[in-house]
Amino acid sequence: MNATIPLRLRTALNAPVHPVLTRRGWIAFIVAAYVLFVLVPSAHLLLPANHPMHLSEYFVTLTGKIMCYAIVALAMDLIWGYAGILSLGHGLFFALGGYAMGMYLMRSIGGEGVYHSDLPDFMVFLDWKTYPWYWSFTDHFAYAAALVVLVPGVLAFVFGYFAFRSRIKGVYFSIITQALTYAFMLLFFRNDTGFGGNNGFTDFKRILGFPITAPSTRVALFAATGVAMLGALVLCRWIVQSKVGRVLTAIRDAESRVMFIGYNPLYYKLAVWTLSAVLCGIAGALYVPQVGIINPGEMSPANSIEIAIWVAVGGRGSLVGAILGAFLVNGAKSWFTQAFPEFWLFFLGLIFIVVTLFLPRGVVGLFSRKRS
Amino acid sequence: MSETMHSAVDTGVANAAQIGMRLAGPAVDTTHGPILYLEGITVSFDGFRALDDLSLTIEDGELRCIIGPNGAGKTTMMDVITGKTRPDAGTAFFGQTIDLSTLTEAEIAHAGIGRKFQKPTVFEQHSVFENLELAMKTDKRVRGTLSARFSSTDLDRIAETLALIQLGNSADRAAGLLSHGQKQWLEIGMLLMQEPRLLLLDEPVAGMTDDETMRTAELCQTLAGRHSVIVVEHDMDFIAKIARKVTVLHEGSVLAEGPMDVVQADPRVIEVYLGR
Ligand SMILES: Nc1ncnc2c1ncn2[C@@H]1O[C@H](COP(=O)(O)OP(=O)(O)O)[C@@H](O)[C@H]1O
Ligand SMILES: [Mg+2]
Repeated sequence: MNATIPLRLRTALNAPVHPVLTRRGWIAFIVAAYVLFVLVPSAHLLLPANHPMHLSEYFVTLTGKIMCYAIVALAMDLIWGYAGILSLGHGLFFALGGYAMGMYLMRSIGGEGVYHSDLPDFMVFLDWKTYPWYWSFTDHFAYAAALVVLVPGVLAFVFGYFAFRSRIKGVYFSIITQALTYAFMLLFFRNDTGFGGNNGFTDFKRILGFPITAPSTRVALFAATGVAMLGALVLCRWIVQSKVGRVLTAIRDAESRVMFIGYNPLYYKLAVWTLSAVLCGIAGALYVPQVGIINPGEMSPANSIEIAIWVAVGGRGSLVGAILGAFLVNGAKSWFTQAFPEFWLFFLGLIFIVVTLFLPRGVVGLFSRKRS
Repeated sequence: MSETMHSAVDTGVANAAQIGMRLAGPAVDTTHGPILYLEGITVSFDGFRALDDLSLTIEDGELRCIIGPNGAGKTTMMDVITGKTRPDAGTAFFGQTIDLSTLTEAEIAHAGIGRKFQKPTVFEQHSVFENLELAMKTDKRVRGTLSARFSSTDLDRIAETLALIQLGNSADRAAGLLSHGQKQWLEIGMLLMQEPRLLLLDEPVAGMTDDETMRTAELCQTLAGRHSVIVVEHDMDFIAKIARKVTVLHEGSVLAEGPMDVVQADPRVIEVYLGR
């Protein structure tokens, strides 16, 4: 087209590749899958309890629980690390997914509660005679599973639409998400909301007909969580490696410039925001049958702040860092709350300060060299 | 100044993207001559006439330099062309058929008028290549972007632009690491990726080194012919290097127009501007 352009430059340009995972990434992925789906289940189920390699019920449940947190951390990193939107209300979406699954688990108890009623004990206690309308069909697993996705998804979509359309950003957005989760916590604390008040749901008996505390059920839930975590990782990687990922980071860095070149940030933000909430809902749904309880405490503002800390510790904007952060902080937490329970919050605050001051790129920042 | 610019970016371009989604913009008809046609444009700010009965015609493929003392109305004129400011009187046409007064800022951008602001803004964390990729004219909706793949035409366009803005060897560098002048070029490159028919450059060499200024002059000359270009500049060496036809603005209207040497010799021009 133009003689001044050297031919070399026009032909040397290859299409850049943005693989979902690198070769090393896929190897790590396969190793992780092998550990999660083969080693851990067999070490728990097949080895006798006195065998040195036996993995205890405590270990399996704790790891399963932390994998749920890791999914939440991935969801948080997608929206915070890439799109630059700090949500301090992600605990709400997690809890809503948990409550949706909890409704199904409550109904699976059948007449085996303390009052031997068809209704959950807390409804008998309130002298309710029938289920409120919003409990309809929750005895069907498929319907409850749909709620797990739809309730956080629709809430996030509607909230996000108005917040992003009004261009609420930065700390204002964070504060509103805190207020949102706080408001829901107060709502769920009320007994007459119909979700068991401050006790929430507990004493589950079975899931899909299987006894919920049986070792094989526990391992199945553990494996399902592993599938969800690895699946969420690949999904998030696929998004951030696509051109959408580059638009998101551009929105994070210079939003008005992004508008100026013809993108509408609203829909990009809304799409990842909603996906992020749905991932949290799925994590919550996997969490509840494993820990055996869901209550409004999961919606406390502090819980949502902790999620952000996991991601900050692991390293924002790397996805793997989010998983790492969830494991490091929650691993430390489970040890601390046994050894020095009263000091955990101080320690958490300390980690946060240390990471902010000395590791702005989180723990993964220690491993990856700076992009030149 | 830059504050008002930013607020305008925030509000006026609100629906830039909605417009960007419509892939086919209105076609610019230049079969009978000029690409831009301003007549009798008047803009008043609280009674003060920033533009006063301004008339100006730019031919298709022309490179036009606009000079004039501070406050002459150069930036305001660009604001009128890009729809950021509405004139109180007068007509503005893009080609034969597109009445700019009926279009929003975003629609005007989409119709093919690209504007470079004085302060360069590039995506600092993205590579030079990615900056051009993001700016490329294509489907900019979420779903289309999610499945975007590079065609060989896309790669050719990016390679060609990289060569034009002399950043071929920096394609993989983060844009934040570029020099000030290189960022200005990258921003021009991003404009070019949107395939505008008319380019408006407001003080493109402000803050550049002499060497960068001369290279920008070469770039402007290359652009002329493929695009119509309007350059507003204070740097007289730069103007002298690229000028074909120069328009001198003074107090909101055209004081003189013609080849550089003729304009430079005009006593009225010397009095208001060059002679100072
Ligand atoms: N939004 C505005 N409100 C009031 N006065 C303005 C506004 N924009 C420009 N002006 C005035 O209009 C005149 C022309 O400004 P401008 O077009 O920026 O000049 P130039 O770019 O040629 O230096 C100046 O006197 C300026 O103060
Ligand atoms: Mg100006």
